[in-house]
Amino acid sequence: MSLKSADIKRIAHLARIEVNDIEAEATLSKLTGILGLIEQMQAVDTTGIVPMSHSQDVTQRLREDIVTESNQRELFQSIAPAVEEGLYLVPKVIE
Amino acid sequence: MEWEVVIGLETHTQLQTKTKIFSGASTAFGSEPNTQACVVSLAFPGVLPVLNQEAVKCAIKFGLAVNAEIAPRSVFARKNYFYPDLPKGYQISQYELPVVGKGSMTIQVGSGDNAYEKTIRITRAHLEEDAGKSVHGAQEGMSGIDLNRAGTPLLEIVTEPDMRSAAEAVAYAKKLHDLVQWIGICDGNMQEGSFRCDVNVSVRPKGSDKLGTRREIKNLNSFKFMQQAIEFETRWQIETLEDGGSIHQATVLFNPDTGETRAMRSKEEANDYRYFPDPDLLPLAISENDINTVKAQMPELPEAMKARFEAQFGLAHYDANALTGSRGTADYFVATVNEGSDAKLVANWVMGSISAKLNAEDKDISASPISPSGLASLIKRIQDGTISNNAAKQVFEAMWAGEGDADQIIESKGLKQVSDTGAIEAIVDEVLAANASMVEEFKAGKEKAFNALVGQAMKASKGKANPAQVNEILKKKLGA
Amino acid sequence: MINKSLKQLGAMLQGKEISSVELTQEFLNRIDRLNPEINAFITLDKDRTLSQARRADEMLSAGKGTALTGLPIGQKDIFVAKGWRTTCGSKMLETFIGPYDADIIERFDAAGAVNLGKTNMDEFAMGSSNETSYFGKVQNPWDRNRVPGGSSGGSAAAVAARLCAAATGTDTGGSIRQPASLCGLSGLKPTYGLASRFGMIAFASSLDQSGPMAKSCEDMALMMNVITGFDKRDSTSLNREKEDYTRALNKPLAGLKVGLPKEYFAEGLGPEVAKVVQEAIVEYKKLGAQIVDISLPNTQLSIPVYYVLAPAEASSNLSRYDGVRYGHRAKEYGDLMDMYCKSRAEGFGAEVKRRILIGTYVLSAGYYDAYYLKAQQIRRLIAQDFENAFKQCDIIMGPTAPSTAFKTGEKADDPVAMYLQDIYTIAVNLAGLPGMSIPAGFAPSEDGKRLPVGLQIIGNYFDEARMLNVGHAYQQVTDWHTQMPEGIE
Repeated sequence: MSLKSADIKRIAHLARIEVNDIEAEATLSKLTGILGLIEQMQAVDTTGIVPMSHSQDVTQRLREDIVTESNQRELFQSIAPAVEEGLYLVPKVIE
Repeated sequence: MEWEVVIGLETHTQLQTKTKIFSGASTAFGSEPNTQACVVSLAFPGVLPVLNQEAVKCAIKFGLAVNAEIAPRSVFARKNYFYPDLPKGYQISQYELPVVGKGSMTIQVGSGDNAYEKTIRITRAHLEEDAGKSVHGAQEGMSGIDLNRAGTPLLEIVTEPDMRSAAEAVAYAKKLHDLVQWIGICDGNMQEGSFRCDVNVSVRPKGSDKLGTRREIKNLNSFKFMQQAIEFETRWQIETLEDGGSIHQATVLFNPDTGETRAMRSKEEANDYRYFPDPDLLPLAISENDINTVKAQMPELPEAMKARFEAQFGLAHYDANALTGSRGTADYFVATVNEGSDAKLVANWVMGSISAKLNAEDKDISASPISPSGLASLIKRIQDGTISNNAAKQVFEAMWAGEGDADQIIESKGLKQVSDTGAIEAIVDEVLAANASMVEEFKAGKEKAFNALVGQAMKASKGKANPAQVNEILKKKLGA
Repeated sequence: MINKSLKQLGAMLQGKEISSVELTQEFLNRIDRLNPEINAFITLDKDRTLSQARRADEMLSAGKGTALTGLPIGQKDIFVAKGWRTTCGSKMLETFIGPYDADIIERFDAAGAVNLGKTNMDEFAMGSSNETSYFGKVQNPWDRNRVPGGSSGGSAAAVAARLCAAATGTDTGGSIRQPASLCGLSGLKPTYGLASRFGMIAFASSLDQSGPMAKSCEDMALMMNVITGFDKRDSTSLNREKEDYTRALNKPLAGLKVGLPKEYFAEGLGPEVAKVVQEAIVEYKKLGAQIVDISLPNTQLSIPVYYVLAPAEASSNLSRYDGVRYGHRAKEYGDLMDMYCKSRAEGFGAEVKRRILIGTYVLSAGYYDAYYLKAQQIRRLIAQDFENAFKQCDIIMGPTAPSTAFKTGEKADDPVAMYLQDIYTIAVNLAGLPGMSIPAGFAPSEDGKRLPVGLQIIGNYFDEARMLNVGHAYQQVTDWHTQMPEGIE
């Protein structure tokens, strides 16, 4: 299946990365090459094979319900792009 | 054409844990913005989620309460989308393998002769993390983000589209609201957003078995709004279709000021959440043993308690149902009965005067100024004949107002019933002498005159005479 | 002194022949002199570093020193360190000051080691040449016109140029082993789950693992003792008993069954690399090893599988960089959407964006099954290849990289060619196995330079102590690992 420049734009929008037309074209040729590499997988019959998400066959360890964190707002917000009265500022959120 | 509305609910219940689902930050409500946002809540680079065992216990409890299958192995997945209140750019949720599978819940709809029962199928319930909050008006054209709530554990409970009216949907929501509080997994505080419903509404011609296109009403946090929103949405959809229009799948918000629903602008574009198993979290295993441990800690469930009340105390189905409507009411009832009061009398008081007072004052039974032992002492005085039913009402009012315990009030208000035969006979004699015309009327066959004479006797005793005795003595004297 | 091992320097510190402050200052001076060209370090903070050295000297005086107390270690700039700028090689985090310590930082701190500085790396660890770093290319000390490999290129170049005694790295598809191979040092990626990922900035969570980069296996064993261990803050951290990785260093190798996968010696392997690796195997025979021919039939598929799974995880892991709470925010933007798109377009470099786009694509509606799920299924086949192989042998050997260090810029515009650099290393990450690279000799370049060649040693799960033993035995009879590049004196 072949990618088009419009696909790049759609994916980039999903990933919230601005791309102009020139970048989209340049990206298209590189991504097409990479997807060509990936296509090799389709030759393999994987019927009945259980997908592997983790390398160890272990299950989730649980944490006790105990408060371990304290307020460090000042430190954490010292590296924030924009804060006011303890809130992180962003352009207006529209619902 | 006759239309039928089809409704399904997705309810987000905040679980009553001390800490967040994937971090040790506190979940307490109402703190200063971002003071409960730890490195994990803020999604700093390099931080990782670790699952809170209490959240898992809550999910198991709920599964047991709705007779659902509890998955021996469930998986956390990432739901990817960008939103400023979602710090990681993805929400950790469960997608293909939720912790709780299919279950069901029986609801009572309506009251009186029109009341009926219905079983609503639960599709699934899954664990996930809550998002933070956007605060508007921080600065012109800007929103402020508070991430204190980000990472609060949620159990999202999803039903099949089994409800056919706003009333059924509200009955289900109320029942669920009661249940999650009953089993102690959610505080049910709707103002604080602890219990929020998304309602999927579609309409179809009656008799059709095909589902119409649904619109989802988001984030309803009151039963009244839910009722209004569903009614508006149903009308709107029917009118749209009757006008030749069509319904498009959409997410809508309810505006309580206008009573209308409108599509959300931010959700206009089709979402592609790119779910995949979260590589930071291993599969969640729940053993039979884990389930049994939780089972042993479970309170008696409302259905079982209802059946027990009917069998043990001979209560009517309707009464048993009302008394098991909430854990608080049931506990109050049981505690009062355990003080030695007659169960039926207790039921009448709880469903009658107490319930009326609580409703009028918009209070929960836990805030009742009369404790179960207080009510029991009042009932005891009725049962042993110390006070009349009428006097009991006065005592109740005084107890509610905090004027003291039952015996003190009976004493101070002088409400003790007169049961001394001699004293009553004297009063009756006086009444008969003073009301010769009534006596004549009675003898002439007017039954009503007898009641009037009883009334006069009671009045003369200032309401303290034992009415049964008054009756009896009067009858004897009149030779009736 | 600069060529001494951690073990030797540790002994000098314990014996009070030198203080940690003196030793640290020596390395800081070398960094001052050589780093402007080599560019192995992104961030230095001499005050913090020296105060750690002073604290180490106190520990030593009080007799509270451990094997690594007072030793200056370069920390890959992927590890968040409190108070240290932590960039992950990206403009996105150019001004990010770590608000907390990564597990590995805490562990070195507790051991009394000195954080010498944050080493350069490919942006978000995505690259095999260190050319994607926002903070500039890194020179390979063996030939300054060549790349050091990547993504832990700064750590590799720093150790090779003797700017630090050892360094840390992380390895998602070969990012410790390939630069170790290209720079002539020893590097080990442990079994997945042995080292905590807490505070290690995520690239591909199911593959990422941190490990040591040092001059010898013996030094790596000392570092493994510090790096590994259970961490309750990482759900994938394995709760195992603590091991002493030095315990088996001196075991004889007689009877060791060494598997040589035929796929690792097939087409695509540079003849100069093949020759060196074969010579190393001859050396192992002399040490008593038995050679077994094995097959890892799905090796070729590891690259496509990796370039589905790693970008998919990365696309999600990197969504948090949105300019809201930290990191780069565009100077000018309109609405919220515009702020996101511009901040991310400006903050990420080309390779990172490419991988985010691939990952977004393979996870998007309609493609998940064909790409992501399929890749996870083949991942299992690849893991099973190793499971079968380890029934026939104790250890697997082969080349680490298909070639020696290539010239800067040579593959920078051809991502597919770059990705093939990791053909022998990726499968190890997919299976979650431990993998190691040790110097096995040199191959001459066309312009007459000596370029290091690495031998890869792959062990079964949790068999790191044996791998270190296998590497150490070889380093007892060869001196490749002690050779230094020219021009770094």
